[in-house]
Amino acid sequence: MSEAIAASGAPALLRVENLSVRFRTDRGMVRAVDGVSLHVHAGETLAIVGESGSGKSVTALSLLRLIGDNGEIEQGRILFDGVDLGRLSGAEMRKVRGNRIAMIFQEPMSSLNPVLTIGKQVAEPLVLHQGLSWQAARKRAVELLARVSIPDPVDRLDSYPHHFSGGMRQRVMIAMALACDPKLIIADEPTTALDVTVQAQILALLKALTRETGAAQILITHDLGVVARYADRVAVMYGGRVIESASARELYANPKHPYTQGLMASVPSLDSDPGRPLQTIPGQPPDLANLPPGCAFAPRCAYARDLCRQGKPPLESIGPQHERACYGYE
Amino acid sequence: MQAYIIRRLLALIPTLFVASLIVFVSMRLIPGDVIDQMLAQNDVATSADRALVEEALGLDQPMYIQYFRWVGGIMRGDLGNSLWHNTPVTAQLAETLPITFQLGLLALVVALTVAVPIGIYSAMRQDTAGDYIARSFSLLMLSIPSFWLGTLVMVFPSVWWRWSPPLEYTPFFQDPIQNLSHMLLPAVLLGLALSAVTMRMTRTMMLEVMRQDYIRTARAKGLAENLVIARHALRNGLIPVITLIGLQAPLLIGGAVILEQIFVVPGMGLLLLEAVFARDYPVISGIFLVTGVAILMINLLVDLTYGFLDPKVRY
Repeated sequence: MSEAIAASGAPALLRVENLSVRFRTDRGMVRAVDGVSLHVHAGETLAIVGESGSGKSVTALSLLRLIGDNGEIEQGRILFDGVDLGRLSGAEMRKVRGNRIAMIFQEPMSSLNPVLTIGKQVAEPLVLHQGLSWQAARKRAVELLARVSIPDPVDRLDSYPHHFSGGMRQRVMIAMALACDPKLIIADEPTTALDVTVQAQILALLKALTRETGAAQILITHDLGVVARYADRVAVMYGGRVIESASARELYANPKHPYTQGLMASVPSLDSDPGRPLQTIPGQPPDLANLPPGCAFAPRCAYARDLCRQGKPPLESIGPQHERACYGYE
Repeated sequence: MQAYIIRRLLALIPTLFVASLIVFVSMRLIPGDVIDQMLAQNDVATSADRALVEEALGLDQPMYIQYFRWVGGIMRGDLGNSLWHNTPVTAQLAETLPITFQLGLLALVVALTVAVPIGIYSAMRQDTAGDYIARSFSLLMLSIPSFWLGTLVMVFPSVWWRWSPPLEYTPFFQDPIQNLSHMLLPAVLLGLALSAVTMRMTRTMMLEVMRQDYIRTARAKGLAENLVIARHALRNGLIPVITLIGLQAPLLIGGAVILEQIFVVPGMGLLLLEAVFARDYPVISGIFLVTGVAILMINLLVDLTYGFLDPKVRY
């Protein structure tokens, strides 16, 4: 699907160019995102994959400029529908948030306000962005809750988050995100906190709804199984940088970065020999406050050469729709 | 909810029983009893005189008899008579309690209007100059005893500007402006003392709440910061602050005793002070009883307020 969209030559809905984000911490400045470039087309699902601390969540939050007071976008452009989000005023940015770009978070248990009713929370973006009255917005909220398959939506409007299970709360979050028909939905590990059976339901729901509305989706996850089933394209992040990006199919068939290869090899599959120990990537994930000067993966890489330890490899095209940041090991 | 309130009210009884026992006994253990004070007014007092007075006041009976007589009286709505004035304690309370109640209420209003906005401001501007000033102010208010501040307010304006605060009490319903011009100053002093802890609590809770995931959700919806605070943070942050106010109720009453003395407010605090000096047992016991009930009722009210603020709490 992504190939078709890319081939059509339409400009990307979101194009991130050379984005760097840093945070002031007790241990000095930490660059959590370092020169990340991404793009998402309308109707496409881009998965950003990486382990904790790879910069994937910070990348997502910085798209909405929600990285908090101690964080700062150091450089780079975030072009959404032709507008550089980095140049918008605070008030203009607020018109984008929840309206044209919506976000779903990892923790459904704590992401909803415990003292406000579900109806009020789902209706809120409609009142804010579309100028509906609370009454009209409540009616729309019923439709939205029905769309995310919440039973008895009319009765549930006046319920509070603690009356809902984790999966149901995540459905409410999705309803809230869909309220204003956003062009882009960013889902930051939307199923990590949920039971496995519920995970599949939520992801299928997200997929179906984005397909229905034509919205693009950025799906942030560390679960490669999720990526294979729900993403069109994948960007793999490591140490704050994108180290490989390709269509989901291509990445699975043909991973080119040693880290991606390691990740693929460490996923257990049903037909692997049950007696064989699971493959792991040796070493520890990098400390962002203390990155090596060269490739962040070099200390754990079996193929690392002197060149890898001296400079950061740039992200280069190595095939149609396939990019890799590696000096090569072939 | 009704069942809950009834249960709570029934639970008052054992608490008040224990409290009354403590008050009753401890008052009589203080050296220098009321008879000594009464007899000291005469030049010559014999032990026969003493026995006469004791009998007249019922103080010749063993302490437990006195206690049961007193409790029996309470059941009938009779708190006994003042040993000095021979007026019913209930009448004295009916006269003074509303005045102290007004003072307390005013102080609470002052405390909240000062503490909550400053607490929120301080949290939103964490570690800035404004935050430090607000926090230092609260520390100052916490450290300065209200009797000292009260004395300063009495003394310095009169020295500098030949002005002193009005000290004549007028009932509120007779002349509200006259009444407030007298009551406002002690209420502000009392309120400032209360606001110190409340402000720090508000600040801490707001900082805590602003870190929560649902605040990030609210921001991701596109809400402006003032709406994020007003709609999403405040109610969550204020729940513990309400508890704190309940816990500070005794402080309010204690402060009233001192400030009523300084500003000559004829409330329950002033009555208590006079009664303690005169060892007027029934008056003291009556005031403590009423105070105890008041504090327990305030805490009940606080718990009920919870039900409105926190949807997880249902009675």
